[in-house]
Parts: sequence; structure tokens; C-alpha cells
Amino acid sequence: MTLVYIILILMFGGLISWIIAGKNSSLAKGIALLAVLADLVIIIGFWISVYDKFDLGSQQWLIDYRVEWMPQLGISFHLAMDGLSLLMTALALFLGAVSLIVSWNEISKNLGFYLFNALWLIAGIIGVFLSLDLILFYFFWEVMLVPMYFILAIWGHENRRYAGMKFFLFTQLSGLLMLIAIIALYFIHGKNSGQYTFDYFALIGTSLSAKTGLWLMCGFMIAFLVKLGIVPFHSWLPDAYTQSPTGGSILLAALMSKTAAYGMLRFVVPLFPEASKTFAPVAITLGVVSILYGAKLAYAQTDLKRMIAFSSMSHMGFIMVGIFSFQALSYQGTIIEMIAHGISITALFTVAGVIHARIQTRDMDQMGRFWEQVPKMGAITMIFVLATLGLPGLGNFVAEFLILTGAFKSNVTLTVLAALGLIASMIYALVILQKIFHGERRKEWKLTDLTPREVLAMGCLIVAIVWIGIYPQPVIKTAQPTVNSLEQNSNNTTFVNDTGPTNKMTLKNGDENMTMTRETSTFFLSLNKKGGGK
Amino acid sequence: MISLTGLNLILPQLIIALAAIIVMLSIAVKRCHRFTNLFTLLSFAAAAISVLYIPRGSFGVSSLFVVDGFGKFFTVLIACAGFVITLMSYHYLNAREKRNEEYYILLLLSSLGALTMVISNHFVSFFLSLEVLSVSLYALIGYLKEEPAGIESGIKYLVLAAVSSSFLLFGIALIYMQTGHLDLSGIAAGLSSSGEFSGVFIAGLAMVIVGIGFKMALVPFHLWTPDIYAGASAPVSAFVATVSKGAVFAFLLRLFYSTGGLENKNVWTVFTIIAVASMLFGNWLALRQQNIKRLLAYSSIGHLGYLMVAFLAITDRGMQAATFYLVVYFTGMLAAFGTVIYMSNKKGEALYIDDYRGLFWKKPWLAAIFTTVMLSLAGIPLTAGFLGKLYLLTAGTEVGIWLLVIVLVVSSGIGLFYYLRVVAVMFAGKNENEASSEPVIGKIFPHGLVLTLLFLLLLWFGVYPSSLLEIIQQIASVIR
Repeated sequence: MTLVYIILILMFGGLISWIIAGKNSSLAKGIALLAVLADLVIIIGFWISVYDKFDLGSQQWLIDYRVEWMPQLGISFHLAMDGLSLLMTALALFLGAVSLIVSWNEISKNLGFYLFNALWLIAGIIGVFLSLDLILFYFFWEVMLVPMYFILAIWGHENRRYAGMKFFLFTQLSGLLMLIAIIALYFIHGKNSGQYTFDYFALIGTSLSAKTGLWLMCGFMIAFLVKLGIVPFHSWLPDAYTQSPTGGSILLAALMSKTAAYGMLRFVVPLFPEASKTFAPVAITLGVVSILYGAKLAYAQTDLKRMIAFSSMSHMGFIMVGIFSFQALSYQGTIIEMIAHGISITALFTVAGVIHARIQTRDMDQMGRFWEQVPKMGAITMIFVLATLGLPGLGNFVAEFLILTGAFKSNVTLTVLAALGLIASMIYALVILQKIFHGERRKEWKLTDLTPREVLAMGCLIVAIVWIGIYPQPVIKTAQPTVNSLEQNSNNTTFVNDTGPTNKMTLKNGDENMTMTRETSTFFLSLNKKGGGK
Repeated sequence: MISLTGLNLILPQLIIALAAIIVMLSIAVKRCHRFTNLFTLLSFAAAAISVLYIPRGSFGVSSLFVVDGFGKFFTVLIACAGFVITLMSYHYLNAREKRNEEYYILLLLSSLGALTMVISNHFVSFFLSLEVLSVSLYALIGYLKEEPAGIESGIKYLVLAAVSSSFLLFGIALIYMQTGHLDLSGIAAGLSSSGEFSGVFIAGLAMVIVGIGFKMALVPFHLWTPDIYAGASAPVSAFVATVSKGAVFAFLLRLFYSTGGLENKNVWTVFTIIAVASMLFGNWLALRQQNIKRLLAYSSIGHLGYLMVAFLAITDRGMQAATFYLVVYFTGMLAAFGTVIYMSNKKGEALYIDDYRGLFWKKPWLAAIFTTVMLSLAGIPLTAGFLGKLYLLTAGTEVGIWLLVIVLVVSSGIGLFYYLRVVAVMFAGKNENEASSEPVIGKIFPHGLVLTLLFLLLLWFGVYPSSLLEIIQQIASVIR
């Protein structure tokens, strides 16, 4: 029931703040924030209480809640939580709270409806992270869409209607293709076993012919690739990220894109193990192309938010590489990347929002030498710029390093190319710092430094990113059962046509899994020493 | 022959027929709009409730009618739609027309046509009910005497419907010539004995398809729809969009499922082409519409196309999907036209999308309802439209009619454009030229309540439809 409460608290919080916003706007904001924080406390309390259970060989699922919803169609209301969804839920609530704090004064028009949309959006995202019935998953997947569309189309910047429409069309259409794949899977499973159900646990063992599997997986992948913003499905992304209000950009870039990565880990790889192996070279190539192309485009932008949007696209490429390498290390890296990128992109969009609120422009050509006027803002920005370019000691480095280490085992050439992305990211990330905070002063702006509220929000983010950079062990430990089952899942697959890299995977047995985990831990022990020495 | 015991089986139809006569007589005694409206409401309610007194099972009433679960379900659906439309008509007519009482006779008569059509089991009863439905519609469409557009569209409908009726009649005659039967079970028997479809029979079926396609406004027989929707008064448009189309669709299901006409590859192909064309063209043509009633007209063409996907699946699941979707479609369309009526005033209807600009900031509740309706028509989760579309996709995927399924997905993607456009306009900035200060019709009590109820239904079917699904699963397998 806890899981249901988590979602309900957000939904009711949204409704209540909508109702009372007309009378008392600060109370409405307070209630919305309180709802998110209450959930965050519940989740963290739960995390601490089960933390000891994340040991080797432990149960993957911590909570499993299932009631019939539409039994006639085999649809159930099935929520469950394992380490991965626990991490993602906590991330969603943490960043959700931050997004409310940083856009505290940004929204003045129709505040109540904004809060309602923001909270329902977070509720939808958490629903995606928790649902284990495929129709319920799709349901939440689409429920995220409508509030995001409203946030984008009502409170966005100058080109909001266009961006909103584009966002909605891309995600909705690709989502429908996923829905067809879900339904087809349902019938194939039903015909095989006589049990017509959308339940994840039942569907997970469905045997599919190679061709069908590939088609169905493509249905899922299209939806996820669009949401993740991978080349060539990215064209909505810069528009939507740029045109959203700050809070919307954060929710979109930091959380919604993670639902796609989560979907790949939770659904694509376990449901279609063989097909995803066949698809892996394509997926990794797409990932690498996104890394490099995104970095190149980011470098070419003058609009600050657009630049951040492309940098986000570049980082999402790493997630693709990590997932489709099918290595324990790269899975861990992917999960850390989801968290670290979420935090750093939140911070960068906050900086963009803060600057925009003060000077009403996002054009970097009009900025310059801000450090003198706003040193606090400059220092904080620097930390996250460094995080983005992958400085050791901050979260993104751990993630990208793990991903590349894992990927190296499965495809050397592409990994080398992906690693070039680290250099490219250094270039564009430093440009942000250079153009805004150093260089020439191009215009006289009256700037005020960060307010205590903004410093508080950024402070939380800094603590989080440094924590993940220096001591990622809690995250790794929590995700370990999920990673183990993902690994086992890929190992159990038998192949008709074995290819080089995947061949090694099949040979690996359970024992080596354990070694792998130990390897991960020792690796981090050594990393911690290095980090500590810095 | 009809024995007296069979009468209780067609109780709803009798109630409505009787009500039409009583209203007619009462007008002769004294004109009173309030009474007439109330009486019509009561008779629709009575018709819906009387279904409960019909015993379970499938009964033939002479060879003309068959009363089964499917027929009963549609009877209730049509009676409820009639009820809602009557309720919505009251203030609308008060504002826009002086002599209102005859309107209700026509409404009752056309509903009677629809009610008998859904239990028809014979070409004669089908044709008769179709004519009862159509002839009263001619008058209803042109009912507002002050509106030239209404009269024009009435005549347009008259001419086109007459042509389509003659096609239908010729088709029926050809089928009769080939099989020697007019009742559906007889035709089915005649077909199964002869084994193969002859050319004459196919020609007959084709002409019947033309007639039925016209009534359902499927592409390429759809040209009348936008004009009639735009020209007729909003309550009548709602009636044409829901009751008239729904009843014909119910008969279509009965006709082709019970005779097995769809088993012929050619017939199936023709229907597939019609379905694909309706989905694509309906949604495509709606894209550029500025007039909300024309937009709804094109969108309804698209929706009927979606329904054809379930029809073409020829399975129990397809039947259930079609029935469920039709309920969702009825609710959505009634609420959409209800909003148009709500926003209209003495001078005219709120026809243009721009009339709804900034509605959310003026009337948040109404805008929320209209947004939900639009999202439901577009098939977004939390609303009934999503589950309807899910059901349709399930039905299509089960039998692997991939072309239709893909077209459904693509065209609902196109559909999003214009539904979202309406939504976006409502949330856009305030309307600068507040032209008319006339009070809107919906201000008066029952109208808002009905809209709220329809809105709640859309949410209820969208979130927890188990009870409705259970009823549908019971009735939808009986027909074959």
C-alpha cells in the first residue's frame, strides 16, 4: 500500500494546492512542496529500513502490491519496488522538490494549475517507475504527457505552442507504437500459455521467434528512444527543453528522460533478451552518434538552454551505450548516470532559469564577465560544469567511467569513439563558463546574486553530486539485486547465431556474477582512496 | 404474428411511439414548452428503465425483430442519449425559437426509428425504421426557421438521404432476388446453402454498403456531414452524430455478423478500404477547420472509421470493442456538443474555435470538462477514450489486421493536432474582443449538471470501467 500512498499523496497534494491557490498562493506552494517532501521522507525512511537487505543473492523485489483492475482484459493494478525503482523514485522526489523550490517565484500566472500539473507529472513519473503491469505502465507513461504539455504550452517561453505540440506528437505517437507492441505481446503470451494477462512477471518468460521479438522490441524502443532524445528521434527535444519554464525543463530533462532509460532496463532487456542482443550494435552506434553529435550541436549554440539541452542529449548517449553493453559494470554505470545526470542537468537548468529571470535573455552572446557581479552563482555553476565534463570526484565521472569500462568488454571500437565524447563535453562545458562568467563584458546588466532560497536548492544538489562522486557505494549496493537479475537474464539466453562479444556473456555463470560484484566493490574501494586523496 | 405476450419485449419502442402521439395531441390542446420537454424526458427515462422488465435471452418478435442482449444494450444507450439531448434542447430552443413543441415530436419519432433499427432482424423493418429516422431528421435539421443555413442543410440532407435510400432499396431487392429472403437468418441460410457469393449478391451487398455508409458518413459517402453538422442546431447535430450513426452501426454489426457477409474476401476488402479512408480523411480534413462543429463532424468520420476496425476483426472481442467504443463515443460527442450549446446565446452558437479563447481563465470548470472531452476523443489515458482505443487496438491486433491497426495509430496521431489545438486555445490568453455580452445558455441549471455527469462518466469509464466491461462481455457474444 505504501506505493499507492506515495502516488496518492502527490495527486491529492496537487488537487488541494490547485483549489486553494486562488486564495493563498504561498500556502498552495507550501502544500505542494510538503506533499513532495513527505513522500521523500517516506521513501528515504523505507530505504534506510531495507538497506541491509541489499546483499548478494537477496530478493530483488522489496514490495509487491497487486489488485485486479480490469480482470476482463487481464489488466491489474500492479505496483512493485526493487532497488532500481527505489533509487529512481527517490531521485524523482528529490529533484521534484528542487524544481518546486527553484521556480518558487517564477510562476505567478495561474499558480494553482501549475502546481497541480507539476505534482501530477511527478506522480506520473513515479507511477512509471513503479508499475509492473504493462497497461498500467503505459497508462502512467501517457499520464505524464498531459501535465507536461500544459506546463510547456502555458508557462513556456516565446515559442511554447509549437514546442508543446511537437513534444506531444512525438511522444504520443511513439507511445502508441509501444502500445501495439504491448498488445501483441499479450496475445502471443496468451496463445502460448492460455493465460491472457498484461502482468510483467507472467510476460517475462514469453518465448518469441527471433523476428517477432525484434519487431515487438522495436515498438518499445521507438517510444524509449524518442523520450530519451536519441538521434534520429531527437528533433522535439531542443525545442521542448528550451521553451519550458525552468521547473518544466528540470522535470523534462532530469526525470522524464530517465523514464525511458528505466523502461529499457526494466522492460526491453528482460522481455526481449535475444532481440536486444541482436539490436545492441545498432543501439550502441546510435548512442555514440548521439554523444558526438549532441556535443557538437551543444558547442554551436548561443542560446544557453538550448546548449544545455544538447548536452543532455549527448549524455543520454552514454546511457544507451551502458544498457546495450550488457555488462554488470555498465549497468551500474547507467544507473549512476541516470542519477548524476539528473542532478547536474537540474543544476544547469536552474542556473539558466536564474539568469533568465534576472536579465530576460538566454542569449550567451549578450552575457560575459558575470563572475565579478555574482560570484556565488559563478562558483556554483562551475561545480556543475565540471560535473558535466566528467571531473573525477563528481557523480558523472563515476557513471561514465563505469559505462565505458563495461562497454570496452563488449565493443572496443565504439567505446573508443564514445570516450571521445568526454573530450567534446569538456569543450562545450567550458564554453558555458567562459562565455557567461568570464570573457568580455558585452552589455551592462544589473545582476543580483543568488537568493538564500536558490542557494539552498543548489546546496542540496551539490551535496548529492559530490556524494555520488565520492561514495557511490549505497547506490551500487541498492541497485545490485536488479543488476544481478539483468545479468542472469542475459546469460540464460541461448543464441541461434552467436556473435563475438555476446558469446562471452553466455559463458559466464552465476559464480562469475559474484566475482563481478566483488570486482565492482573493490574497484570502488580503490576509487574512493583516489577520491579521498584529491 | 405478434401475440400480446410479445408486446412486453418491445416495451421501450412502444413507450416512445406512444409518447410521440401524446405530445402531438397535447399540442393540439395547449402549447406548453415546459410540459412537453418534461414529458419527453420522462418517456425517454421510462424507455430506458423498461428494458429491465424484458426477460433475459434472445426472443424473436414476429420475424421482423429480435430482442436480445445486444439490442437491449443499444436501446438503453439510445434512450439515454435521447434523454440528454432533450435536456440540452430546452434552454437552447427557448433562446432561439418560438414554436418549440413540434421539435419533441420529431425527436421522439427519429429516436423511435433508431430504437427499432437496433432490434431489426429483417430488411423490411430495417428500411422502415431507417425512413422513420431519416424523415424526422429532415425536419429536425431545418427546424430553426430563422436560420437559412439550417434549412439549406435540411434540404441537402433530404436529397442525399433519398438517393442513398434508393441505393439501399435496390441493393435489398438484389439480395432478395438471389436468396429469396428478406430476413437476416433466411439470407444466411440461403447463402450457406449456395456456398459461394454470386455476382448479383455482391452487387446487392455493395449497394447496401452505399446506403449504410451514407448514414454512418464513412468516406467516400461523407460529404454531407460537415455541412449538416454546421447548419443544424447543435442539439440536432449531437443527435445525428450519436443516435443516428450508432443505430445504423448496430444494424451493420447484426447484418454482417449474422449473415456472414464479411467472410467474402471482396466485401472485406471494400470495408477495409472504407475504414482506412475514413480514418485518414476524417482526421486529415479536420486539421484546418476553424468551425468547431465542422471539426467535430470530421472527427466523427474518423471515429466511425476506428469503429470499423473492430467491426472488421469479426470476433467476440471485436464486438465488445465496438460496443465499448460506441459508448465512449456517445458520451464524448454529447459532451462536446453540450459544451457548444452551453456557450451559445440568443444571437447564435459559439461556432468558432476562437470563441473558446481563454475559456479556461473565465470558466475553468467548463474548460476542464471540454478539455477532458477533447482528450477523450483523442484517446489520452485517464479518460474513457483511451480504454476505448486500447480495446480497439486489442481487437485488431488479436486477428493481426496490421494495416488497419497501423492506420488507426497514425490517424489518431493526426487527430491529436486538432484536438490539442482546441485545448491550447482554451488555455491561451484572454479573448480581447469580448464581442457579445449576451448571457450564455448553459448558465441555467440543468445544463451544467448534465455536462458534469457526462464528464464524470468519461473519467469513470477511463479509470474503472470493470462494471461496464462486464455488461458488454455478457451481451456482445450473443449476436452470432
